[in-house]
Amino acid sequence: MTQPSETRSQTNRRTGNFLLEVNDLQKGFGGRAVLRGVSLSVPRGSLFTVLGPSGAGKSVLLKCLANIEEPDGGQVSFEGRTLDFRDASSRGSFLRRCSFLFQGNALFDSLTAFRNVSLPLEQTTSLGRGEIRARAVEALEQLELGDYADHYPGMLSGGMQKRLALARAIVTRPEMVFFDEPTAGLDPLRRNAVFAMIAKYQALVGFTALIVTHDIVEALVASDTVALLHQGEICFYGTPDEFASSPHPVVQSFRDSPAALRSTLDGLRRGEAASEQS
Amino acid sequence: MDVVGSVGSFTLDKVRGLGDFALFTGRSLAAVFATKRLGARVARAVYEQGFRCLPVILIVGTFTGLVLGLQGYYVLNRFGSEALLGVLVSLSLVREMAPVLAALMLVGQAGSALAAELGIQRNTEQIAALDTMGINSCGYLVTPRLLAALFVFPAQTALFVAVGLWGGSLSGSLLLGVDPGVYWSSVQRAVESEDVRECLLKAVTFGLLTVSICAYQGFHAHRIRGATGARAVSAATTKAVVISSIAVLAADYVITSFLI
Repeated sequence: MTQPSETRSQTNRRTGNFLLEVNDLQKGFGGRAVLRGVSLSVPRGSLFTVLGPSGAGKSVLLKCLANIEEPDGGQVSFEGRTLDFRDASSRGSFLRRCSFLFQGNALFDSLTAFRNVSLPLEQTTSLGRGEIRARAVEALEQLELGDYADHYPGMLSGGMQKRLALARAIVTRPEMVFFDEPTAGLDPLRRNAVFAMIAKYQALVGFTALIVTHDIVEALVASDTVALLHQGEICFYGTPDEFASSPHPVVQSFRDSPAALRSTLDGLRRGEAASEQS
Repeated sequence: MDVVGSVGSFTLDKVRGLGDFALFTGRSLAAVFATKRLGARVARAVYEQGFRCLPVILIVGTFTGLVLGLQGYYVLNRFGSEALLGVLVSLSLVREMAPVLAALMLVGQAGSALAAELGIQRNTEQIAALDTMGINSCGYLVTPRLLAALFVFPAQTALFVAVGLWGGSLSGSLLLGVDPGVYWSSVQRAVESEDVRECLLKAVTFGLLTVSICAYQGFHAHRIRGATGARAVSAATTKAVVISSIAVLAADYVITSFLI
């Protein structure tokens, strides 16, 4: 039974309706373990954020899930079915139901905005030219890029490129979209705008979003489920409210990092003032 | 012991690399049947390899013919055999110089551009993006180039032969006084269908070999040891041109030794 004021993704989480389940995922490079048995479950329809400091293995986790890197061990299940990434048909059918938004957008610089968006439809579906055109135009207009269909990515601003990458990601109507550090290198206003855009289109289109980021404030405001990755392991999994009140020491240190910085700086300033007086 | 280990590790590395290259080429050729809307991309690759390389083929072909005419005339003149200038120029061009030089010119222009383009696409995660979309990246990026090479290399080689013969006639007949009728009739008598077949076989082989080497190097630019980013692209491009050039000369020797 649905609890009062409970969101759809919270209901899915409570009832165990998970779209993606990761169990004991391991990955290492040159003998160094980056992921040490990551397990998490992504509720269907949720905006799920994996937080973690730089070097925690967030991007590697996402690349393992998107089949860019091959995991050393563990299982990934999509809709309850275990994926075999070595099997081309299993991999292909999974990838056709997902999209990946890269940190640097990975737009095709020799193709126009329209061709960037229509390419996945041309290559992976049997739709006719008219239908492809209509869906690409619809995706561009949803992201307010209708007037820029003939522009090349290099002619667009950073924010527009991010929107174009999202238009390409949603044009295939995926059930799940992976976001790799979508706000990296952006100023606070643009960061807010990108998170708002993701939340808006996630609600509009209805995909399940898995975001990896180290932007704690935006993640807690926009997400409905949060996991914290620390030294290749998930050390917290829950709602943003649970994250905010968690007594786990790693969560506390990550959550209180702005306050810790403030206290360090205050200490330094006090020390400088004392030495000037003496 | 360390030396033996190093030699073994180096050999294993090279054998593994060759196997990986063979798989890459095989996968790209097999993708002909799995890639959608291939026609437009093949046409674009024909334009990139063929039309853009036209000036360099015309210029190098003309000068090769001019030099062959000049050198050939003075050698044959010693034996009073200037009338055989057409034979010397045509057989040199058709059997060896046109397929080899045209392939080297195409490697220098189209092959290096291909390796650099794919290297940058790897660097900016465009190839990873294709893979995550479920698009066969070899089929989308490499297959059209390989198919285009099947047309472009023989066509450019034929053009090289034509302008080379014209260059030979220019230096032999116009500058050194060999009768044009004698020159062209000796060309006609010298070249046989086996020579043309050998020439085209070499052109097709060089085309497939060099395009797949350049594509492989660019496609795997991220694997270059000790270099990342722009330096990796630069190293991959250099490697592509060097290996392709050596492969052309080695393949030329092998084909010639079998067909001669």
